[in-house]
Amino acid sequence: MIELKNVSKTFPTAEGELHALTDVSLTIGDGDVYGIVGMSGAGKSTLVRCVNLLERPTAGQVVIDGADLCAMGQKELIAQRRSISMIFQQFNLLMQRTCLKNICFPMEIAKVKKADAEKRAHELLDIVGLPDKADAYPAQLSGGQKQRVAIARALASDPKILLCDEATSALDPKTTRDILRLIKDINRRLGITVVVITHEMAVVEEICSHVAILDHGRVMETGTVEEVFSNPRTEAGRRLVYPDGVRISELPAANVVRIAFNGGSSYEPLIASLAIDCGVKVNILGADTRNVNGQAFGTMLLGLPEDPAEAAKAVAYIKNQPNVTMEEVRDYHG
Amino acid sequence: MAEWIISFFNITDPKLVKDISEQIPYLLNNLVFAAWETVYSTVLATLFACLIGLPLGVILIVGEKGGIRPLPSPLMKALNVVINLLRSVPFLILMVVVIPLSRTIVGTSIGTVASIVPLTIAAAPFVARLMEGSLREMDRGTIEAAQAMGCTPFQIIWKVLLPECLPALLTSLTTAFITILGYGAMSGAIGGGGLGNMALNRGYTRNMRIVLYVAVVALVILVQIFQSVGTHLATRMDKRLTGSKARKASAGDRGRQARKDRRMGPPGAM
Ligand SMILES: Nc1ncnc2c1ncn2[C@@H]1O[C@H](COP(=O)(O)OP(=O)(O)OP(=O)(O)O)[C@@H](O)[C@H]1O
Ligand SMILES: [Mg+2]
Repeated sequence: MIELKNVSKTFPTAEGELHALTDVSLTIGDGDVYGIVGMSGAGKSTLVRCVNLLERPTAGQVVIDGADLCAMGQKELIAQRRSISMIFQQFNLLMQRTCLKNICFPMEIAKVKKADAEKRAHELLDIVGLPDKADAYPAQLSGGQKQRVAIARALASDPKILLCDEATSALDPKTTRDILRLIKDINRRLGITVVVITHEMAVVEEICSHVAILDHGRVMETGTVEEVFSNPRTEAGRRLVYPDGVRISELPAANVVRIAFNGGSSYEPLIASLAIDCGVKVNILGADTRNVNGQAFGTMLLGLPEDPAEAAKAVAYIKNQPNVTMEEVRDYHG
Repeated sequence: MAEWIISFFNITDPKLVKDISEQIPYLLNNLVFAAWETVYSTVLATLFACLIGLPLGVILIVGEKGGIRPLPSPLMKALNVVINLLRSVPFLILMVVVIPLSRTIVGTSIGTVASIVPLTIAAAPFVARLMEGSLREMDRGTIEAAQAMGCTPFQIIWKVLLPECLPALLTSLTTAFITILGYGAMSGAIGGGGLGNMALNRGYTRNMRIVLYVAVVALVILVQIFQSVGTHLATRMDKRLTGSKARKASAGDRGRQARKDRRMGPPGAM
């Protein structure tokens, strides 16, 4: 279990102190796939770097399985880090080593026998689906392949925790999906706790069980993905959970509702039955729904009719649907 | 040899005939040895300069604020000042200043072996800066990945920093070698041996034109050889330039050359 307790991090800069993290408390359970989302500059990278103390918090504690990392000496910390692996947006492979040697690296520094390390490295290459790339150099691989090698390297030390800092942000959508599947698969098969840092909600929807929303260095919301996505309670949460391409400022001032699908029915039948059962025509202002683990999931903004009676009818109808939550959006203005 | 040259080129100018008949035998007797002296003193001085300069370069990178293993900042400042100080002393003056030191270390202050001492002292801070520059190219993310994996600072230096920067370090080494070769030629002025000595003390001072030109040309050739070998090794070694790409590029060059040859036709054809 990873517990961040009142973690703060300030950077001294030319313009004074920069509060990258303020009083962040999070608990990440064993075997979770925990997403940390936020806009650029929210402090996500800083937060994840605090988990293995690449960044030392200015205040607070980082407790992993009951042990406070901040209180550890250099030796203990180094030992602890070997059970926390990390993958990066830029892969950060050793460019002068073959893939096999890259994967051997964590074992090499842990003084595992060379033959054993190479045997394990070959197994890991199999796991990540690159059995024929053992002798290739990273420069000869595509981005997705590089990230696979990085994942294999991350698994080489038999970690309890895998930290992913924007691990798919340099990859195209298809490769992103493949890599996310791989990470999910690893989480399921090996029971490794995964922390996923991303600014893409789609990534969270794809693999995370829990999510924390970070904004300006503060945790705004935490919960299961379903809870937070179906009903974001804070402004920062709504901004992220909102369907892409919808600009809050361009919405009509009134009669806008946001519907979140929390599994179950997809949105087309809902709109259709609204028209058929209530005779109310609604306007889809924006939608971003997708299948997550076989359930319809996502958000949609609907413009309701001007007529208050019709609007009320629609609202009542939607509220009665299973697996759908709704809230009015008119407060967003002003 | 001298007579052969005179008769082959049918040289009649009496001054030139005199030059050739005096200087060519001198060159035949001394050129190879002078070149050898230049090469071995340069190689040894480069070796010693690297033994001092590379660790210094590593310390400059690793010990700086935000480095892998930050060292006390007064120490780093002092190191920087000393390096800058040594680098700002002109080599000719440094050579004179370290004469007593050469005497203690190698027992003499004159000759090729003695010249290795000032060469090393002059080159070490230069090499330190060169190596620092090469190591600075290291990608921070890769260092961080290593730290995240639980590498000790020593492991990072030994297993990440140096191997990853090896091609750049080799390029710097080549630059250092060639600079030291140039310095070594200057050491001829205070009794160091080699091609520099030959060019200065025979060619220039005694007005032996042919010796001067040949010695200079020999230096140029040495520089070319070592630069090509250094560049070649550095590119060959660098796995960031994937082998296939490099091979394709050179195959392309060969193709172009072949086409050009065909256009030109066989040599001698009209
Ligand atoms: N070493 C540092 N020194 C000074 N400021 C820093 C440092 N590292 C991060 N910051 C600042 O802290 C804030 C949070 O940065 P961080 O990298 O954690 O953001 P992020 O959420 O990961 O953003 P992105 O999505 O763009 O990666 C930013 O304002 C950044 O400028
Ligand atoms: Mg970041």
